[in-house]
Order: sequence, then C-alpha cells, then structure tokens
Amino acid sequence: MINVIVELSKYIILTLMIVYTFHCFYTVRQPDEEERNELLRQQLILIFFIDFTAFLVIYLKTFDYKVVRFYIEMQIFFAVIQILYRVLYKKASLLLLNNMCMLLSVGFIMLCRLDITMATKQLLVAAGASAVALVIPVMIRKMRFLRKLTWIYAGIGVVLLAAVFLLARTSYGAKLTLLGVQPSEAIKITFVFFMASFLSRDTSLKAVVQVSAVAAFHVGILVLSRDLGSAVIFFVAYLVMVYVSTRNVGYLGLGLVGGSGAAVVAYHLFGHVRQRVSAWKDPMAVYQNEGYQIVQSLFAIGTGGWFGMGLCQGSPESIPVVKNDFIFSAICEELGGIFAICLILVCMSFFLMIVNIALRIINPFYKLIALGLGTEYAFQVFLTIGGATKFIPMTGVTLPLVSYGGSSLLSTILMLAIIQGLYILREDEDEEFEKRKKEALQRIRAREEIGDRTRRF
Amino acid sequence: MATEHAASKRRRARNKEYTFVSVFFVLIFLGLAGYLVYFNAIKRDSFINSPYNTRQDTFADRVVRGNIMSSDGEILAQTNVSDDGTEERSYPYSNIFAHVVGYDTNGKSGLESEANFQLLSSHEFFLTQIRNEFAGAKNVGDTVVSTLNADLQTTAYNSLGDRRGAVVVLQPSTGKILAMVSKPDFDPNTIAANWEQLVNDETNSSLLNRATMGQYPPGSTFKIVTALTYLRQNGTFNGFSYDCQGSITKEDHTIRCYGGTVHGQEDFYAAFAKSCNCAFAEMGTQLGGAALLKTSENLLFNQKLPLRSYRKSSFTLNGSSGVPLTMQTAIGQGNTLVSPMHMALITSSIANGGVLMKPYLIDKVQNHAGDEVDTTEPEAYKRLMTDNEASLLGELMKGVVQNGTASSLNGRGYTVAGKTGSAEYNESGASHSWFVGYSNVDNPDIVVSVIVEDGGTGSEAAVPIAADVFDAYYFD
Repeated sequence: MINVIVELSKYIILTLMIVYTFHCFYTVRQPDEEERNELLRQQLILIFFIDFTAFLVIYLKTFDYKVVRFYIEMQIFFAVIQILYRVLYKKASLLLLNNMCMLLSVGFIMLCRLDITMATKQLLVAAGASAVALVIPVMIRKMRFLRKLTWIYAGIGVVLLAAVFLLARTSYGAKLTLLGVQPSEAIKITFVFFMASFLSRDTSLKAVVQVSAVAAFHVGILVLSRDLGSAVIFFVAYLVMVYVSTRNVGYLGLGLVGGSGAAVVAYHLFGHVRQRVSAWKDPMAVYQNEGYQIVQSLFAIGTGGWFGMGLCQGSPESIPVVKNDFIFSAICEELGGIFAICLILVCMSFFLMIVNIALRIINPFYKLIALGLGTEYAFQVFLTIGGATKFIPMTGVTLPLVSYGGSSLLSTILMLAIIQGLYILREDEDEEFEKRKKEALQRIRAREEIGDRTRRF
Repeated sequence: MATEHAASKRRRARNKEYTFVSVFFVLIFLGLAGYLVYFNAIKRDSFINSPYNTRQDTFADRVVRGNIMSSDGEILAQTNVSDDGTEERSYPYSNIFAHVVGYDTNGKSGLESEANFQLLSSHEFFLTQIRNEFAGAKNVGDTVVSTLNADLQTTAYNSLGDRRGAVVVLQPSTGKILAMVSKPDFDPNTIAANWEQLVNDETNSSLLNRATMGQYPPGSTFKIVTALTYLRQNGTFNGFSYDCQGSITKEDHTIRCYGGTVHGQEDFYAAFAKSCNCAFAEMGTQLGGAALLKTSENLLFNQKLPLRSYRKSSFTLNGSSGVPLTMQTAIGQGNTLVSPMHMALITSSIANGGVLMKPYLIDKVQNHAGDEVDTTEPEAYKRLMTDNEASLLGELMKGVVQNGTASSLNGRGYTVAGKTGSAEYNESGASHSWFVGYSNVDNPDIVVSVIVEDGGTGSEAAVPIAADVFDAYYFD
C-alpha cells in the first residue's frame, strides 16, 4: 500500500513542479498586477503541496517523528519570511522570494531524505541568514557610501583568501574552510562589489588593467588552494562585468583567449586538474580512482530515468559528497530527469529575473552588482549540474540554496537580499520618476493654460 | 522629442551587452537541460548496465528475476519460486551455455550481468502490477530473448567434446552472436557450491570465457592480415609468383612449410590455399613491420573491440623489428595474440563487404506476458576494409576450401570460404588448431571461428567442428 502512495507521489510531485516552472515564466509576462499576484499565490500553494507530498512519503518510508517535526519547523520558517517580506518590504520581488523558497524546499526534501540532522542544521542556517538578510535592503538604501569602498572590498577578498591558502587544512584535495566557514563564499560578494565600484566610475584601459590585476590575484590564490570551481566562477564574473561596463567585445575575446591559455597551463601544471579531466573523458576507465564519484553519479541519474525511483527508493548515499556537490544526481535518481530539467529551468528563470532587475536599474554601480551576482549564480549552477551529469569536468561547487553547506547557503541568501534591496530601490526610482513626470505634466498643462489665457486676451 | 528618442536609443545600445550576456547564459542552461535529455535517451543504458552498478540489485526486493531465452524459444535461465517464497535460479542447459549466459551468484557474468537491469525491471501490465502491489506479491521481471541459437550452441558444444578451446558463431550481416562455447566449462546450477574449487583451479581456468578472453597465437589464420597488407601495397594479387623450396632462411633463421612440403612454383591463390609459410615469410619481409602493424591496427589489433568484456589482441611488430621476427609474425607466429572472437569479427567483416557489424547478444526484451518492450537494431561498428578488398580476400578463402587445407568442407550442399591455422605454442612444435570461415559465400549466412587447444593442424581438429556447425545450421 505504501508503495502505491510512493509510486503515485512521484507523478504528483512532478506535475506540481511542471506547473510551477510554467508559472515562473508566465508570471513575468503577465502585465496585470492583480493577475500576477494571483499567479504568485498559486505558486505558494504549489510549493506547499510539493512539500506536503514529499514529506508525507519520507515519513511513510521512515516512520520517524523527527520528519514531522522538521516539516512543521520548515513550514513555519517559510510562513515567517513570506509574511515579513510582505509587511516590511511591500515592493520586494515576490517571484524572487518564491523561487528562493522553492529551491530551499527541494534542498530540504533531499537533505531530510538523506540525513535529517543535516537538514535541521541547514534549516537553522537558512533561518539565521534570512534574519540577517532582512536588514540588507534597508542598508542598501541608507548606506550610499558603499560605492566608495573599492579598495576595502579588494583588501578583504585578498586577505581572506590568502589566509585560507596559508592556514586551511586540505579536504577532498582542496583547501576551502577556515574555522568551519568557507571564506570564498563571502568573497564572491565583496569581489562583485569591488568590480562594480571600480568599473562604475572608470572604464579606461588603465582601470581595466587595475581590476584585472586584482581579479588575477583572487583567481590565482583560489587555483593554488585547488578551489577550481570558485576560481572559474570569479573569472567568469570578472569577464562579464568588464565586458558589460566597457561595452568592448575585445576584452571578452582577450579574456576568453587568456582563460583558455590559463586552463591549458593549469592542466599541464597541476595533477588534480588532469585527474578531473581524465575522470570526465572516460570515467569507467579510471573507475577505481578519480572516476568513481562521477560514475556513481551517472549510475544514479541513469537509474532514475525520466520519472525517478521515488523518494527513499534509490541509493543516492552511494555517491561520495552527495549532500554537497552531487545533490543534483540524488534529485535525478529519486525525483526523476523531468523534475531535474524543471529545476534547471527554475534556476534559469531565477537568473533571468536578476538580469531583468539589473536592466531596469539606472545607477551603474547597483546595475553592475546585480549583473555580477546574477552571473556568479548562473555559472555556479552550470558548474555543479554540468559536473554531476558529466557535461563538463567536475569542479566541486554546490548547487546554490539546494546543496548542504552553511557558507554557501548564507552567502546565497545574502546575495538575494542584496538583489531584493536593489529591486526595491529601483521601484522607488520608478515611483520618483512617475511623480516627477506627473509634476512636469502639471507644469506644462499650467503653462498651456496660461498660454491659452494670454492668447484669448 | 529628439532628445527623448536619442535617450531611448542610448538605453537600448547600453542594454545590448545585457541581452548578450543573458542569451549566453540561457543557452548554457538549455545546454544543461539538453544534455540531460541526451543522457537519459541515449547514454543511460551503457551506464546502468555496467557491472559496477549495484543499484539495480535492490530491485530484486520487488521483482522476480526474469528469464533468459534462446532465439529458438528455449529457456536458458529461469527463476523458480517455491511456495515459501525462496527463489532459485536454474539453468536447464547446465554447462552448455555456462560462459555466455553466465551466472547470478558469486557475482555476475555473461548475459546475467549484461542484461541484469532488464531482468530486474518489470513491464508487466500496470493493473497486474497494482494487484501484485496490494497483494504484497513481487512483479515478474522482463524476459531477455538472446540471439543465441540453442541448436547451434549444443552442436558446437558436443563437437568440441572434452577438448579445450572455443567456438564462436556470428551472423555477419547483423552482428548477432548465434553461439559461443568455451571449454573447460562449469555448471552454473552448482556454482555457489563449487566456487572455491573453480576459482582456485588455475590449470583449467574453467571460469574464463576463452572465446573473448583467450589469447592465442593466430597461426596461419593471420595470413589473411598479411594478404590484406600485400593487397594494399600492390592493389592486386595477380602477378605474384613464388617458388617454394619447403624452407626459407634469412639471417640464420629458417621458416619451414608444414611437414617440410615443397610447394614449388605458385601464385598468390595457391600460396594462400596451401598455407605456404615460405611464400608468406618472404612476403612479410618485403612488406615490412610498419605496414603489417598498420593493417593489424585497422583490423582492431591493439584496439578496443565492440564487446563488453574481452582482452585486447596484441600485435607488437613495427618498422624497427628484425627480419626473423617479421618472418614469424607474417605467418602468424611471433608475439601476436588474438581471441577467437576477434578472428570471428575480422572474418565477419570480410563476409559483410568490409563492414563490421557490432556483435550483440540481446535480441529483444519482452515483458512476462510476451509483449515486446525493446528490440536491438543491428548497428554498423566500423568499416575495416573496402568492399573490393573484402571480396578479393573472400576469393582467397574460397580457394582454401575448394583446393586447399579445408577441402573437407567442399561439396557438402553449401559453399564455404575460410582459412585454417596451426598455431605453435611451444618449442616442441605442439600446436593449437584454428579455423575461421563463412558459409554461403555469395550471400554469407554465418561466420564460424574455432580453436582447439593442442589440436594439431586446422584440418585435423578445427575444420570438422566447423563442418558440424555448418551442417547443423543448414540441415537440422
């Protein structure tokens, strides 16, 4: 009997997810405010039912009361942030908020199924981070001097990265954590702030050379710490921000040539880079060594097929570090390939939302920040999903909001709060603009009236 | 008005870069989704069927392992469920299909391993599945219908008798494996009980599938490769002439024809049909190691083979090898090692106009009720030689049967082209007996590759086994 419910739940969750994905794209195109709010409400209902079905299945397969407790805590968390945003920030983007809740939900479901103590920790971090994040939109509005702290951002980044490189212990072949946190996650934000504050003032060749030097410093330390994933993310963010601010395609070409050259050099210089590449080219041939992880991941994705095995029906725990870098494979195995494709599309709509916000901002500093953070997000998603599916070599980064990992979760939630802050600012600007337009119109009308009157005389 | 227009134009230009960046990332996301579709649609099977994948074993909790059938409807493996629910895998043909069907306890081998996923997946009618679910009963796994023919397999098995060796039978136009016998063998029904003994018995290595894993010197069957190298250098076999004196000596190394026979003046066809060692040793030194290496690698020596488990054949001659080794290698001695399956693949490409079809064992998958779930479509693996080269080699091989070392296959109601070999494997001159060939030469039906360890010449041991298989194919 339970098996029938589990089997049915696969299709229920999948259907809800497909509808949700459709909503993501449809909502943006909906011009009518009332309609849009209705769609956003429906999205919340969809998330609620996905969570309900998934946690019901997990409970039925484990009969662990902790699952119920976790489910209730999670629902309270979602309810609180949804209400707080509506009360405190009326102009916040609710679609962005919904997508955040959706991705967090998928993460909570998989983590709860894999290891409930991890899920509980993750929920705690999410709650703490969200609480901190609530003040960020206010800070963005008040702290206009943020734009002038250029070299402070660069300093923080370089010092922290260097500290990790010198002091951190090696785990999974890379130096990542210092006192239990991953500074590179926080530096993703300071790095974008540095680039934006520099390039929003000056896009001369001299400026580009200066930012390139600082960026090279960041990327270089990350490569030496063997944190390849972060190194590539920083590099791509740098490239995109230079290109967009200078509007010079030449820099993009130069960067790509330089990046490819650096990749070739890294391949010949570092054994761990060669290992990743050989595991990507033919993982079966090096199954006993570096290929093991990716082969396990592909077994999981393949066994899941289109519709998945159903929650608690697969064996994702056989993939090393499944909770972090390979959560996507676990999703494919148990929730299915179609669900996973929907997830990719939700991430894509998430990114497009951020670019859309960037497009509408007029202040070049804020504009670049939104774009830089969006780029980092999108490229990180690409690296982790591409790595797990063997589309590209594995780089060992997390799937933002879904994977287990306090630092990554914290920094992503902060990033989103910053983007919300920028969005709210933009809404204010619009309002201001509307107001001025109205005043201007009134003035013109007044003048016309005077003109009419004078003519009459 | 003009300024407003200019401003909007400027804004659009400013946003060009943003559009470019978003389009780029949208393409990347779609690429990810597209790759996942591609993986699930095409690449998936090759991964989940890997013997390293132990995930599917958990399916066994809910599915009764399906049957393996031969193409002529015989049961090769089935699971019997007793009243108390205990399951037992049984193999009605016992030792006959031991290596190719394999076993399911103490690890998995053969088809039991290759088709593990299908055997443990159930495509029963969904109402039946739901009823089973409520009744707490297991679903029955799918039936795997193999390309194996029970009649040919049994014939080859009996014909090989208690000698060591292997027989492979292929359909060259599709790549279907019709029979694959290896001896010494074992009984998969009792493998769990005899496991220790089987694993430790290094003199017999009964668990080894000699058809795909055996490494034998090719003997005179390698003259096919030497002949192809000659053809590639000269464009034709016509105009070749050699005067065989029964032995040839170069750099103090002597090669003799079998039994010291003096073949005298001969053209290429006669030299091939009589398997004249002197002619081919001389030819080898003129062709050179580099040319022989090139042809060998074209024919998949030192290369991957399109099989699941096999050992690569090895060919070590090269441009800097000495004359004695070149002479030996050209007649199939030297350091060359090959499996009976690989020789069958080379022969099958000759029989199929130069194109090697990918060999396969799973013909189709049916659900328990017999409704089709999946069928394997024949697939070309590689062109190993041109159509013209294949047909000229076929002419040479016809001569071997018409008036050469395999003449006992002549006049049996079907036509055969082939090549015999006796591969010396020690200093005292003892040899393995080889035959490779195909029947119905104008429109080839089957390819047979036979090796009998320590069987003497090809015509003594291997050819009669091939004859039994051809007879069984045409007359049973």
